[in-house]
Amino acid sequence: MSVAADTKKLVARLVLGTVLMFGFGFAMVPIYNVFCEITGLNGKITRTGESEQPLVVNQDRTVKVRFISVFNEEMPWEFEPMQKVYQVNPGQMQQTAFVATNPTANNMVAQAIPSVSPSEAAQYLQKVNCFCFDRQPLDAGATAEMPMVFFIDPEIPEHLDSITLSYTLFDITDQQQVAEAKNDNNDKRSTL
Amino acid sequence: MSTADITAEHHDDHHDHGPAKGLSRWFFTTNHKDIGSMYLWFSLAMFLVGGSMALVIRAELFQPGLQLVEPGFFNQMTTMHGLIMVFGAVMPAFVGLANWMVPMMIGAPDMALPRMNNWSFWILPFAFGMLLLTLFMDGGAPNFGWTFYAPLSTTYAPDSVTFFIFAVHMMGVSSIMGAINIVATILNMRAPGMTLMKMPLFVWTWLITAYLLIAVMPVLAGVVTMMLMDIHFGTSFFDAAGGGDPVLFQHVFWFFGHPEVYIMILPAFGIVSAIIPTFARKQLFGYASMVYATASIAFLSFIVWAHHMFTVGMPLAGELFFMFATMLIAVPTGVKVFNWIATMWRGSMTFETPMLFALAFVILFTIGGLSGLMLAIAPADFQYHDTYFVVAHFHYVLVPGAIFSIMAAVYYWLPKWTGHQLNEGAGKFHFWMSFIGVNITFFPMHFIGLAGMPRRIPDYALQFADFNAIASVGAFIFGLSQLIFVWNVIQNIRSGKKAEAKCWEGAEGLEWSVPSPAPYHTFTTPPQIEGAK
Repeated sequence: MSVAADTKKLVARLVLGTVLMFGFGFAMVPIYNVFCEITGLNGKITRTGESEQPLVVNQDRTVKVRFISVFNEEMPWEFEPMQKVYQVNPGQMQQTAFVATNPTANNMVAQAIPSVSPSEAAQYLQKVNCFCFDRQPLDAGATAEMPMVFFIDPEIPEHLDSITLSYTLFDITDQQQVAEAKNDNNDKRSTL
Repeated sequence: MSTADITAEHHDDHHDHGPAKGLSRWFFTTNHKDIGSMYLWFSLAMFLVGGSMALVIRAELFQPGLQLVEPGFFNQMTTMHGLIMVFGAVMPAFVGLANWMVPMMIGAPDMALPRMNNWSFWILPFAFGMLLLTLFMDGGAPNFGWTFYAPLSTTYAPDSVTFFIFAVHMMGVSSIMGAINIVATILNMRAPGMTLMKMPLFVWTWLITAYLLIAVMPVLAGVVTMMLMDIHFGTSFFDAAGGGDPVLFQHVFWFFGHPEVYIMILPAFGIVSAIIPTFARKQLFGYASMVYATASIAFLSFIVWAHHMFTVGMPLAGELFFMFATMLIAVPTGVKVFNWIATMWRGSMTFETPMLFALAFVILFTIGGLSGLMLAIAPADFQYHDTYFVVAHFHYVLVPGAIFSIMAAVYYWLPKWTGHQLNEGAGKFHFWMSFIGVNITFFPMHFIGLAGMPRRIPDYALQFADFNAIASVGAFIFGLSQLIFVWNVIQNIRSGKKAEAKCWEGAEGLEWSVPSPAPYHTFTTPPQIEGAK
């Protein structure tokens, strides 16, 4: 009878739809990242690297750049910007640093995650060099200066006169050890 | 199909024509009426369990300070109350109604996939059994709210979160199987002559709801799978330290979550569209526009999700888009409310219990819809966000919205199921107690919300004390009056005056052409549809 055949076909299509939508849920992860990259949404992604053109410094206006450090709740480090507020001319290269101390008795590794507010400003803040590009190991009890160099794109619109850049520090010692252990194993295998 | 075919097929059919005896009837049944009843009983049980949790919450909030429960347990109660009511009470109740009524409304002998129907029901008790057992585990039940935002539900979650994730997977599988079955039934099993635009509106709204379920339940399964991987397999979907983003969780969750709220209201629209014409003794006004309005609401539900997260720091363009898209939903919803009112206009109305619930639905759901419009205003939402105003809003659309429509449906079709006429006295008593209770409970929440009381807290500032006390009294009135409902239904099953096939004078539709109670097998021969060739 044709009803049974129709039903089979329809059910197959509906099951396929279900599977595709399950995949779509996961596809939202890269879609979201690309979307954020294009729109600068959530202030997570800033431009990095050297300037493409020689910079023209705009002497007529300054932009206030404020640095904030945030701790993940389980992070015992001390972590502070050296200077909290800068008044910079758009196009002017500025160097600063954060000071980190590891007060524990263990060697640890941290990763800083930046966030820019307002998010619209993210695309005008360019980091030439930043400690957040790399993992930051710190021995027990040690203190280190973690440098960063940035400038503000001269194209920045008039209404953006204040930018806040916050860094959240995460303890990634455990993940780091797991990764190293894996690398060690691979090394051993390759030497065998 | 000719009559000869049907008789030939009938002779091949060696099943006996009544239900099997004993418990095995319920375990092995593939009969849509049996499965519909089981869904409805299950939903009633969950409604009472989730309702008791709500009463724990309201009892604690009767006075400021901590009196009855620990804050941790309070959080478990708010979480479990939400999960159980959404996934355990409202959704299975609608699936149960669909099981009972859809085949009878379209002139089909049963659901298209009866064996799978049995499966999709029997998964549910296990899913909710597992979810409820987390209350007795070390570290307690899930305590992160029914929206289970990461990292609260990942990094900071109790160990029982894994059981929660598997429970959600199981309910998702059950819902998807139910939805596939309903789509297949509606598209392939209609009696000859029952064209799509002749289907009762309850069937239409369920068809659209089923498509919504198939589209978004897999996304929910995806998001809990990502949580599972973050918790146990070291991925970082939502963990900022590993390059993930907690805001991503909210996007994926609400991509499921917003269509989900329409899954809980579209079948209600269908029920009310069946009941109001019956008791106004007029045809439904604007049938085609009702169908198109339902479809537009379903479509719009996919592009408004971020109005739940105006405060996460979206760009202005995003806030504006989601604000206007959300407000656009008021248009098709307004069409529906207009049509219901136009149906009643100059009708010969009578006010039996189902009609009272349906009317209360129209009025109170509109109040909930309007407070939803207030929340859609992005700049104002920064004040309302995560306050009791939100609680008032979604309880107005879910309790006197979805729940009242289910009550209306049960009272409307109960004589068809049990064969006994309704006890109108008890029904009306239940209605008025519920109506008064619901408004005393949820109306004051608008005021405390606007004044700034946050949701999901066990204790609050003194100035909110009076309205909270009023809301708690209302909650106990509403909660206890549901016992009248339970008593009334059980009484109706056991005794009552014999109901006729068409027990409501103005009722129309195929379900009223079969005797009351509906025989175990209906429409084994397709019925003749009026106006069909």
